[in-house]
Amino acid sequence: MKFKSEEKQKARALQQKGASAEQITTTLQQKDAKAEQIVTTLQQKDASAEQIATTLQQKDASVQQIVTTLQQKGAGGEIAATSQQKSGTRLKKTQIPLFEFDTPQESGISLPAPNGSKISRRTLLAGMATAVVVLVQTSAGKAFQAAVPERELYDDPTKKLGPPPGKLGTRSPHEKLFKLPSGTSSRTPLQDLYGTITPSDLHFERNHAGVPAIDPDKYELLIHGMVEKPMIFKLADLKRFPSVTRICFLECSGNFRTGRETLSPQEICGLTSQTEWTGVMLSTLLREVGVKEKASWFLAEGSDAAVMTRSIPLSKGLDDAMIVYAQNGEAVRPEQGYPARLLLPGWEGNTSVKWIRRIELSDQPFMTREETSKYTEPVNGKYRQFSFTMDARSIITFPAYPAKVEKGWIEIRGIAWSGRGKIRAVEVSTDAGKSWKLADISGPVLDKAHTGFRYLWQWNGEETLIVSRAIDETGYTQPTYKQLQQARGAGGGYHYNPITAWIVKRDGQVLLNPDRA
Amino acid sequence: MSYRSRLKYGIFPAIITAVFILQGFSGKDQQFSRNIFNSLSPQDTIKKKVRWPGSFGLGRSAGQKYIDSLDIDVRPDGQGLPPGAGTVKQGQAIYLAKCLVCHTGKSSRGRASAAESPGPALITDSLSGARVKTIGNYWPYASTVYDYINRAMPYNAPGSLSPDEVYSLTAYLLYANKIIPADAVMNAKTLPRVKMPAEKMFVPDDRTGGAVIR
Ligand code: HEC
Repeated sequence: MKFKSEEKQKARALQQKGASAEQITTTLQQKDAKAEQIVTTLQQKDASAEQIATTLQQKDASVQQIVTTLQQKGAGGEIAATSQQKSGTRLKKTQIPLFEFDTPQESGISLPAPNGSKISRRTLLAGMATAVVVLVQTSAGKAFQAAVPERELYDDPTKKLGPPPGKLGTRSPHEKLFKLPSGTSSRTPLQDLYGTITPSDLHFERNHAGVPAIDPDKYELLIHGMVEKPMIFKLADLKRFPSVTRICFLECSGNFRTGRETLSPQEICGLTSQTEWTGVMLSTLLREVGVKEKASWFLAEGSDAAVMTRSIPLSKGLDDAMIVYAQNGEAVRPEQGYPARLLLPGWEGNTSVKWIRRIELSDQPFMTREETSKYTEPVNGKYRQFSFTMDARSIITFPAYPAKVEKGWIEIRGIAWSGRGKIRAVEVSTDAGKSWKLADISGPVLDKAHTGFRYLWQWNGEETLIVSRAIDETGYTQPTYKQLQQARGAGGGYHYNPITAWIVKRDGQVLLNPDRA
Repeated sequence: MSYRSRLKYGIFPAIITAVFILQGFSGKDQQFSRNIFNSLSPQDTIKKKVRWPGSFGLGRSAGQKYIDSLDIDVRPDGQGLPPGAGTVKQGQAIYLAKCLVCHTGKSSRGRASAAESPGPALITDSLSGARVKTIGNYWPYASTVYDYINRAMPYNAPGSLSPDEVYSLTAYLLYANKIIPADAVMNAKTLPRVKMPAEKMFVPDDRTGGAVIR
């Protein structure tokens, strides 16, 4: 879901359920950003004039009741709309009669604007100036609109009937969770998340030529090359094979930024996210086509405008590679490869080719642009190639910039992960690396998965550095920036996974320590 | 043994494993599938000892025509190159018309701003000293130039170039990067023979986990 700029319009369709033709369109329009006013035009579809003509149909004449279903036009959003009178027509506070509903499903009243949008935030900020309009019908069948100042709604939730069950869940308008997009990627707000699963709409994105629109009915995956029997699988075929569900992280190998104190975890390493994926093991499909003895690599190709390609050793394809079609319980999101993508757990994100359309088995790598010109890194005067695995890493996500903390007990929290297996331990230092303590690992500890850690710390109010480092089951300990620089003779590039240190200032402000130490 | 043939014959431990596994499956299909299943299927399925059929009978076999319509990749050994040819001169003309608008950056002067040049610089003169890593100093195989332009460029109209155009553009870019002479002609025979200066710069990943930082 995209949030458009403040000036842009949002439209929602208000549709009366049960009624055959009456459609009401609610246009949410921000008329003037400065005045922080929202104007909603309720317009009857058939009517030509801009007129508020709400037709309410009494479902059951004997009951005092309104049956309005708010339905979002188009897909992908929340069922929610703030209905407000056209500007100028100041709403009169009206005593709202008690609602009685036939059945919850058929009921509806207006509720605050979609979560997180500028509109809803402004609505909240505007306080008394804005109001929620509800459609009310008297026993005589006469419809009128009733407005309640929003502040009043929030003042005492026990005094106002809340919205009935809806078709899609919403995020509280108080929660402002956003990815951070650039031209080529979009970052997960790690500092705002709890636990280890990334909500699907906050999963990081990296694409090379935009997000393609793919018709799932036309989707096909071709497997050919050094196989006994080249085959085509439709999406429905993929879904009929024995399925596997697993949780793992996916991380872009270009996931390190530093250079100033005011960087959040999202900005430093927000190109990592975690999902429960469901799909078919690639080995299951390879078993159908029959792999020829000499095959040792395969090409994975996407159907985006970059026709993204990577060469993958067949051993990975036969190990834990999957073709996944579901993400956190629903179809994979378009940004993550709808309707199906390759998933290579623990490997650099680019190799998990999205929107996969073709797999070609071969006896050698294809040397595509993404494994030569890109996704290779300088190491001691050479360029390291096919560096697939993501090394172990951790980051404290609380307290972290932009958080401000108070003296006393603080639970330091963060995530740790390794592309080589499970996290064995996470160590935390609250004295700038002089001493290290074991953090509590909050299970489950999964293979190649973001793993939560916690460390209880009593802060005495003095300035200090807090640091974490991950140790994985191979015995690898997350290095410092200096260690990486010394080992590679290079101060950056792909696969840079250094320890991140946070400065806790005396006033409680937490800042990134940008020293390349 | 060249770097590429080392890759091919499996110097990586991962590849050795793959080859080893595959060579275990001699002969019969049935045995092949059982081995794959026993050693490589998801663990939960193994635990349950589910008996899988030889084939699930899903999907359909792919005809050559269908395969050819999608199989656009080009390998360093030239496999996948289509018939056709192009010269440096032709390539330069196409480059001016279709590419320069986005690829204005001259490597020696560093990277242009995104507004000036949405695409990266494509031309550089030498292996050392150049600030921009591109075809002349960073790309290990000439086939990649053909493959990438063919699949992804021009950025605003991917897949719109004919084989002759792609051969010409490849010729021009290789020439501009001082790799081939001005009179060179690129086709399915000549392109795989072009040696790229950067090939010797590439080494395979040697990180293995454990205590060593690499
Ligand atoms: C609309 C702007 C645009 C046009 C026109 C365009 N390109 Fe590009 N080009 C780009 C962008 C953007 C990238 C980087 C894409 C990426 O990183 O995924 C790129 C990347 C490339 C690369 C890879 C560079 C590298 O270092 O990896 C080559 C080669 C290339 N373009 C060649 C061409 C050729 C040849 C043409 C003309 C047929 C062309 N481009 C036309 C925008 C453009």
